[in-house]
Amino acid sequence: MIRILSRDVALAVRAGGGFGLSLAFFLIVVVLVPFGVGPETAVLAPIAPGILWLGALLACLLSLDRVFALDREDGALDLLATAPVPLEGVALAKAGAHWLTTGLPLSLAAPFLAVLLGLPAPGHLWLAVSLLVGTPALSLIGTFGAALTVGLKRGGLLLSLLVLPLYVPTLIFGADVARRGAEGLALGPPLALLGAVTAGCVALLPFATAAALRVSLR
Amino acid sequence: MSGLVASDLAVARGGVPLLAGVSFDVAPGRALILTGRNGIGKTTLLRTLAGLQPPLAGRVAPGGERSAYGAHADGMKATLSVAENLGFWATLHGAGDIAPALAAFDLDDLRGRAAQHLSAGQRRRLGLARMLLTGRDIWLLDEPTVSLDRASVARFADAVRAHLGRGGIAVLATHVELGIEAEALDLERYRVTGATAGQGGGDIFAEGAVE
Repeated sequence: MIRILSRDVALAVRAGGGFGLSLAFFLIVVVLVPFGVGPETAVLAPIAPGILWLGALLACLLSLDRVFALDREDGALDLLATAPVPLEGVALAKAGAHWLTTGLPLSLAAPFLAVLLGLPAPGHLWLAVSLLVGTPALSLIGTFGAALTVGLKRGGLLLSLLVLPLYVPTLIFGADVARRGAEGLALGPPLALLGAVTAGCVALLPFATAAALRVSLR
Repeated sequence: MSGLVASDLAVARGGVPLLAGVSFDVAPGRALILTGRNGIGKTTLLRTLAGLQPPLAGRVAPGGERSAYGAHADGMKATLSVAENLGFWATLHGAGDIAPALAAFDLDDLRGRAAQHLSAGQRRRLGLARMLLTGRDIWLLDEPTVSLDRASVARFADAVRAHLGRGGIAVLATHVELGIEAEALDLERYRVTGATAGQGGGDIFAEGAVE
């Protein structure tokens, strides 16, 4: 399983793997917002947590259709299914690799981009924390969606439609943690709920993903 | 160790039944060569034997846990080198050293080269070398000799013979004479002759192609 994860990370980082793509997309989205709503801090600061979370969420979505599609194209998915690794393990490793190459860099970059949107200083830390806790759920849900659409040609759009509604709880609680952090309010409950969503995803979704993969292999 | 037994197997592809009543028993150390025209269901049968899809009817013993499946889509990543690709599958299957597999398919000189820079034949050899690393005793191979030159076909035949010598089993879908002592199974007699529209068109084409 570790081996699958490290291979996927290696593939993503090498040429054509699309490692920097999500990060660049996130950067561009965040830079574009002040052009759209005006550069005043008074306008930007209140919406910054939401914008940053939305940007991270969309950036996560960008690389999802590669999670299983490439492995299916070159036959690796068949071979993984016949290898002595449970498909649930494959699903978890794939989600982990997706998080390491997308969620983690996004979480680390977000505090710097928050400066661009004038987010007050205490919010930077909590923004990073909320993303670190929340983005694993995005990767796991996305991997499940990718498994559902792996058999389809050009399944990317359908994947987005399937996955985005499932992202709602993570988005609500994640942005709430970041906003309360910026305003210096108590943020225990939303952070706990955000963690709960992620923990639930870790526990359940690998099984759902494996089941979807088994169907699509037929 | 027991052999590979299929009893009264029926397989379908995309919901269309292709073969029915397929029964065979391959003993350890023996090979079975599947023949039959294009589209008759050789790949589907192999995938069913590998446990990648459930049979429509009948049963296969053992399931997929003892078999290694090798198809034209070989699962090798273009940006990884030959050694990295093989190393990945080797660790996944718990095999230690990739050197014997490299040697068996004459890949030693290519071990540092990225798979995307291999020729079709070299790439095929890379895919076949993976079979040696799976440590599984039932090899299911779909058109294994496509794009191999004569020397490589001989190497492949040697590898299969060595595998059979170790008590392994091989099921091959191929039309190339490999010089391996094997039973042949013509799938034509198991073909499902349904009144499906798609199959009617396929028949006309196939007759033209055969004659």
